[in-house]
Amino acid sequence: MQMPPPDPAILGRRAEIVARLRAALPGVPVIDDPAETRAYECDALTAYACPPLCVVLPGSTAEVAAALRICHGECVPVVPRGAGTSLAGGSLPTADSVVIGLARMTRTLEISAEDRFIRVEAGRTNLSVTQEVEPLGLFYAPDPSSQLACAIGGNIAMNSGGAHCLKYGVTTNNLLGVTMVLMDGTVVEIGHPSGEALGLDLLAAVCGAEGQLGIVTEATLRLVPRPEGARPVLIAFDRSETAGDCVSAIIRAGLVPVAIEFMDRPCIEACEAFARADYPLCEALLIVEAEGSEAEIADQLARIRAVAETFQPLEIREARDAAEAARIWLGRKSAFGAMGQIGDYICLDGTIPVSELGPVLARIAELAEGYGLRVANVFHAGDGNMHPLILFDANSADGLSRAEALGADILRLCVERGGCLTGEHGVGVEKRDLMDAQFTRDDLEAQMRVKDAFDPRWLLNPAKVFPLEVSAGRRAA
Amino acid sequence: MTTPEPRDEADLSEAIRSARGPLCIGGGFTRGFANGGARLSLARLSGIALHEPGALTLVARAGTPMAEVERTLAEAGQRLPFEPLDLRALLGTSGEPTLGGAIATGASGPRRVLVGGARDFVLGARFVDGTGMVVRSGGRVMKNVTGLDLARLLAGSHGTLGVLTEIALKVLPAPETARTLRLSGLDTAAACAALAAALSAPLEVSGAAFDAEGGIARLRLEGFAASVEERAARLAERLRPWGAAEEDPDTDWAAIRDVRDFAGRPGDVWRLSLRPSEAPAILARAGGAQRLDWGGARAWLLLPEGTDLRGWLGAAGARAVLVRAAPDTLHALGRFPPEAPAVAHLSAALRERFDPRGLLNPGLMAAA
Ligand SMILES: Cc1cc2nc3c(=O)[nH]c(=O)nc-3n(C[C@H](O)[C@H](O)[C@H](O)COP(=O)(O)OP(=O)(O)OC[C@H]3O[C@@H](n4cnc5c(N)ncnc54)[C@H](O)[C@@H]3O)c2cc1C
Repeated sequence: MQMPPPDPAILGRRAEIVARLRAALPGVPVIDDPAETRAYECDALTAYACPPLCVVLPGSTAEVAAALRICHGECVPVVPRGAGTSLAGGSLPTADSVVIGLARMTRTLEISAEDRFIRVEAGRTNLSVTQEVEPLGLFYAPDPSSQLACAIGGNIAMNSGGAHCLKYGVTTNNLLGVTMVLMDGTVVEIGHPSGEALGLDLLAAVCGAEGQLGIVTEATLRLVPRPEGARPVLIAFDRSETAGDCVSAIIRAGLVPVAIEFMDRPCIEACEAFARADYPLCEALLIVEAEGSEAEIADQLARIRAVAETFQPLEIREARDAAEAARIWLGRKSAFGAMGQIGDYICLDGTIPVSELGPVLARIAELAEGYGLRVANVFHAGDGNMHPLILFDANSADGLSRAEALGADILRLCVERGGCLTGEHGVGVEKRDLMDAQFTRDDLEAQMRVKDAFDPRWLLNPAKVFPLEVSAGRRAA
Repeated sequence: MTTPEPRDEADLSEAIRSARGPLCIGGGFTRGFANGGARLSLARLSGIALHEPGALTLVARAGTPMAEVERTLAEAGQRLPFEPLDLRALLGTSGEPTLGGAIATGASGPRRVLVGGARDFVLGARFVDGTGMVVRSGGRVMKNVTGLDLARLLAGSHGTLGVLTEIALKVLPAPETARTLRLSGLDTAAACAALAAALSAPLEVSGAAFDAEGGIARLRLEGFAASVEERAARLAERLRPWGAAEEDPDTDWAAIRDVRDFAGRPGDVWRLSLRPSEAPAILARAGGAQRLDWGGARAWLLLPEGTDLRGWLGAAGARAVLVRAAPDTLHALGRFPPEAPAVAHLSAALRERFDPRGLLNPGLMAAA
């Protein structure tokens, strides 16, 4: 992975730029000590790191605007940062960039139980939003597994998903409005608590734009009633393809479970060794969760069971109470940790049509064998969002690059089968150079025109999302 | 004016490249939009490319008649979740509603309170922009964050950024059964409170409407029969403070969706989008005949011809859309409210880049 060389003129003006930021932002941390900027050198894609020119931690929309006005005036690139949990290198700095971090912006601005929304500053963690509205019987539906750490601003930038998105949708379906600062310091209000766009749906463009269009400082989030209860059923199969077929059949039967999760044998074995969830050792298992009142859960689980039985599963294990439900989820929830025990891995995020599940899994196994690498699969099967985990040895000289090459092959396979490169983690720097596999030059040109409209100088999070060669002319301008 | 009827994207691209003046883009032209430009009809770009029930996906060309989409889905026990509006009766227009028209106008019905609107079900789109460039965005899978989301940006853009040619949608199972509960004798404040109480409970209310003239609030539940029955009982219990809820098996949700009560009645029709908690005060000032949908987040108003509702309401008027009026009123007031300057600037910057010659429905969303 390449990044453009830093602009020596900016590096040379570092002290001046820092001084201007400090002067304009009294009381705001402006960090330029190399020992401290190191903490911002990467996100959760730790293979790539680069300390920024400096880091600014504003406490309000007005301070974000003031910082951006200076960077705009100085023509300095800016990298927005939430909690730094991106798995795609979305918040990876360049040496000539100013990181603007929202970690200090965590206030609740308004809660309306009647209109079912909450307005928060964008540095707030995802989980703390749901915790705050719990007493009202409401929750914020998108729940990425990183929800304890990741920030709402990062969720919006990545259009993050979660375990419950088959039923509740992803961030874009639960976002009602934002306050955003453009690169030139202009503050815009986009969206409305009613959720309806009367003009162009700019909110749709902002959500998932990976910090290319502006810095989101405040967000209005839709809240939904918390269901009374939820219980899973675990279904074991002797073939991955059968598990895939069963997923389609459940959906065709008119059921929309809140989650359908899939694990294959390598993943099941790792989880067993790690968490001892007492899973059946089989080729593939599904965890399907139903929610609602007790009677509704029982009814839905019976319907799911009836569908599953037509596929001759090895075992169907229904959780009868909270303890059994927790046990079924234990293995799935510890999957990533369990794989980490075995060795280093990279986690992919391609999506495929559910009908392609069986053939794609078979092909992934073949590709892995060709590289002599092991792949474990654990993913959100209901919506086809796969997370193949490629295991590799970080101590071997070409370990990472071989794993990355296999990863690229698997993502191209997803695209070939009607899917896409990334279902929820985003493009960042990680999948930037694969964008050509999914899009034509004209497709990318149209996306870049949106950025042109919001950030004409291409100073916000440059060198991300678009292949370097495709964006070169615009970045240099 | 000649009516180009492109058969494919290449034709459409050519029609746009060679256009010498504004185009009036349409599927079935059921919305009665006109700008004096040549009509560009998508009717021949029609047909369902893919329907995969097990993956809840449908891909169809923009000119596909809505009736064909709905029939195909119904055969597999599925439907479009967002209940697209059909405003022909209200507007007194004719023509065949198309999928592209529904997506381009963001035509969402009552179920939006539970599942979301048209744009929430868009998985991907193909379109031709004002320079004739053919673009694909998104895809056909349910989770996709690859690149900027142009498909959703195009949804609701009324053709002003590009002409949709193909749309991929998430669909949902049609429910086994539906039931409606009715509360009578309510004023708008009581109705909004009752609807909010219903929508804040985990009962999956899929329609929450109020007829302010009749004082009747209606709430819809859908799903498996046993579940609907259980939820209906609990909903009635929850609504007790506002009176005894009755079953209303005759409710025509399509008529509520399409505001058919105002069809044929003289006057201008306005649409307001509101915070339900603020709706009663704003609607009391607005006057006229009123219908509420989306738990009070959307209001339809029938007002004397030529009323400047925006001027009258002040700040709240910034969320008023003029849906039906005589051409001179539409011309004087504009269909859509003016946007705040910073937002208007972004919208204009986008249009300048996607439609630099100002060919695509100019003047429809913002002053040309
Ligand atoms: C263990 C683990 C589990 C995960 N599980 C999931 C999961 O289940 N589902 C899922 O979708 N993701 C998951 N992720 C990925 C990650 O948590 C999400 O992408 C998350 O939304 C990133 O939020 P953040 O605050 O950490 O953003 P950061 O990493 O700080 O930034 C992410 C991107 O957003 C931009 N950005 C950040 N804040 C703003 C802002 N205020 N305005 C504009 N742009 C901004 C950044 O420039 C960057 O491009 C997981 C990550 C980890 C490490």
